[in-house]
Amino acid sequence: MDFSLSDEQRLFQDELDKSLAALCPLARVRSHAGATNAFADDVWRGLCDLGIPGAIVPEAFGGLGLGVLDAALIAEKFGKHVVPSPFLAAMVIAPLAVAAAGSTEQQARLLPKIADGTLRIAAGISEWTAGARAGAGVDSRNGRLSGQALFVIDHVGAHQFLIADRNGGLHLVDSDAPGLDVVAIDTVDRTRDAAMLTFDGVVAETLASSSDDALRRITDAARLMLAADLLGAAWTMLDRAVEYAKVRHQFGRPIGSFQAVKHTCADMAAELEPGRALLWYAGYALDERLPDASLRCLHAKAYLADAARFVARTATEVHGGMGITDDLGLHFWLKRIGWSYQALGSPERLREEAAIVQGLIPPQRSTPA
Amino acid sequence: MDLSYSPAHEEFRREVRKFLADNAGHYPKPFGVNRPTDEAKAWQGKLITHGYAARTIPAEYGGYGAQPDILKSHIIAEEFARAKAPWGFVNQGISMFVPTLLELGTEEQKRKWIAPTLRGEIVWCQGYSEPGAGSDLASLKTSAIEDGDDFVINGQKIWTTTAHAADMMFALVRTEPNAPNKYLGISYLIFSMRTPGIDVRPLRTMTGASEFNEVFFTDVRVPKSQIVGERGQGWAVSNATLKHERGMLGDPSASMARMNSILELMKTETVDGVRAIDLPVFRNRAMRLQGQVLAMQYHGMRLLTASAQGRDPGLARLIVKLRATEINYQLSALAVDVSGELGILAAESPLARSHGVWQKRNLFDLGMIIGGGTAQIQKNIIAERGLGLPREPKLAKDN
Repeated sequence: MDFSLSDEQRLFQDELDKSLAALCPLARVRSHAGATNAFADDVWRGLCDLGIPGAIVPEAFGGLGLGVLDAALIAEKFGKHVVPSPFLAAMVIAPLAVAAAGSTEQQARLLPKIADGTLRIAAGISEWTAGARAGAGVDSRNGRLSGQALFVIDHVGAHQFLIADRNGGLHLVDSDAPGLDVVAIDTVDRTRDAAMLTFDGVVAETLASSSDDALRRITDAARLMLAADLLGAAWTMLDRAVEYAKVRHQFGRPIGSFQAVKHTCADMAAELEPGRALLWYAGYALDERLPDASLRCLHAKAYLADAARFVARTATEVHGGMGITDDLGLHFWLKRIGWSYQALGSPERLREEAAIVQGLIPPQRSTPA
Repeated sequence: MDLSYSPAHEEFRREVRKFLADNAGHYPKPFGVNRPTDEAKAWQGKLITHGYAARTIPAEYGGYGAQPDILKSHIIAEEFARAKAPWGFVNQGISMFVPTLLELGTEEQKRKWIAPTLRGEIVWCQGYSEPGAGSDLASLKTSAIEDGDDFVINGQKIWTTTAHAADMMFALVRTEPNAPNKYLGISYLIFSMRTPGIDVRPLRTMTGASEFNEVFFTDVRVPKSQIVGERGQGWAVSNATLKHERGMLGDPSASMARMNSILELMKTETVDGVRAIDLPVFRNRAMRLQGQVLAMQYHGMRLLTASAQGRDPGLARLIVKLRATEINYQLSALAVDVSGELGILAAESPLARSHGVWQKRNLFDLGMIIGGGTAQIQKNIIAERGLGLPREPKLAKDN
């Protein structure tokens, strides 16, 4: 038994870390955040050069053939550098959905294009994962979709949309399909996007082997990516708070020598760091298809959402007034954590599902209204 | 990451399960902070023989003598928790004194003390804290003045677990009052609790029990040979011990067993005919704690792997005592809360749930947050050694 990352995984993370630091420094994040509905083409091309879009696409289809845990290690670095690029839907949800629910023909047609970065697929699975808000929910009838998907991820620059219908069926829709209306919904996190889609009898291609199991797997993996993003983003904020506390002087001393500040930093580290082991285990469990994988993924995201939110506000406080300025840029991480906290299920919802998957209470998932 | 079990480990798990099944119904009753009962000592002997206690302690010192194998240790912990079987002894002699001797004791000391300590024939207590030396332990004042072949000890210790039942004490005393700073000049002595001049007085705590004692020393003579490590180096010796104590305070398998007991309680305890598990507020608290317990469990596996690979996990190790004691406190608090007004009942009350164990544990758990280095001291350690934040400026006169 070995509960640690392999040397290859550590090396991969270190190399990716350097590449992302060069690809999207804070100035690039800032310029992206200032634009409306911009697609960061330079960042995307950089990611393609690294092979990231094909990270979890099997090698037979031109990908790197990495596992879900590996993808989580990528997501952690995306969170660390607040990378302003499609990732969650385009590089994780879509390839996993096609691999898990697509026919052999669909896999052969779609996966190579996902892997080389020429096909970007956004995802609308929010009604299944975060719960349906009033008016949201998509019906599928005779190969056509009608209804509304509220919180669609990675829509900017997407060629297609992957949509989960009310029954858990998975469908692909072209982004320029007649009857489809895409409205960007601006969130406070300017490094990622969200859209509301309205369908009026839109022609869709159904993934041939859609099943609850397939939906479960992509949901687990997608939540795990957010857990990893939260871990990476929160550690950046904590590291910056610690560095600031070492150099900022008041009353003739570094503020980090005051226990009020020191204990605050210790609390952040103590709450956050155990989430890393939970994340690793959940990723491993998904890759090995262990029966407890879903429960661990639910807990990983709920735990890291709680911990990261605590770190986000507390690390900001350690910076004093500077923490809330635009200039310092700390808010890019705070807002990204806010996005990840809610997306695909808040901690309260995840913990309800955790109770359900271990049989403590009966299933009570409400059909999207 | 490879958590798969080899066929040899699977076989080992079956052995442990069979042992526990064969012995089910014959587990010894808990003996708290008193001397182990004959029944408990027999169980301990059985565990050592099978390698389920004192597993990695060399056989020549009375242990089982296995090579460290984190997976096997993990399997033992898991299976004992699952069977709700009592562990091998967890006491200060075994958890702290024995590892210290193994690291820093002489061959003669190891041969003399380790085996009877493991078997529960010799019970130890730890003489560290003093009324004026708690978090600032190195300021301790109990003196040991050289006189012929002896040290003569005068002073007082406090928070001495099990002193009333102990045969022996390992203690920190000041042998060099004129050393250049407070850390030098301390020595680590071992002596019999029956030495003339030792007065043990129970210290009753809010749980109603007297887990701790005060120990007073008046001209207590201890042969100079009964020292562990070098004279004046007791602080370094004690740090080796404290390292072991902090490891001992967080046992993630035990927390998971508690979590599972609480979920069972929540399935039976009802309010207005509704089970506690069906009340969303309690359910949310339980699930939040389950996530935290799981995180600490895997965190523990990460630390075990690191030590097996000879890597220092740094910050990850430093947070364990703080988090584990906090989570345990929150667990017993949840169990009390789901029982509502009946949760605050004393153990003797006929209406008490789970024999009042949760209320008692909750009081005890608060003590665990304080003992072995308070939460606030832990935070200093995490911040200074783990995050590299500066120490408090030294006060004038504080050496």
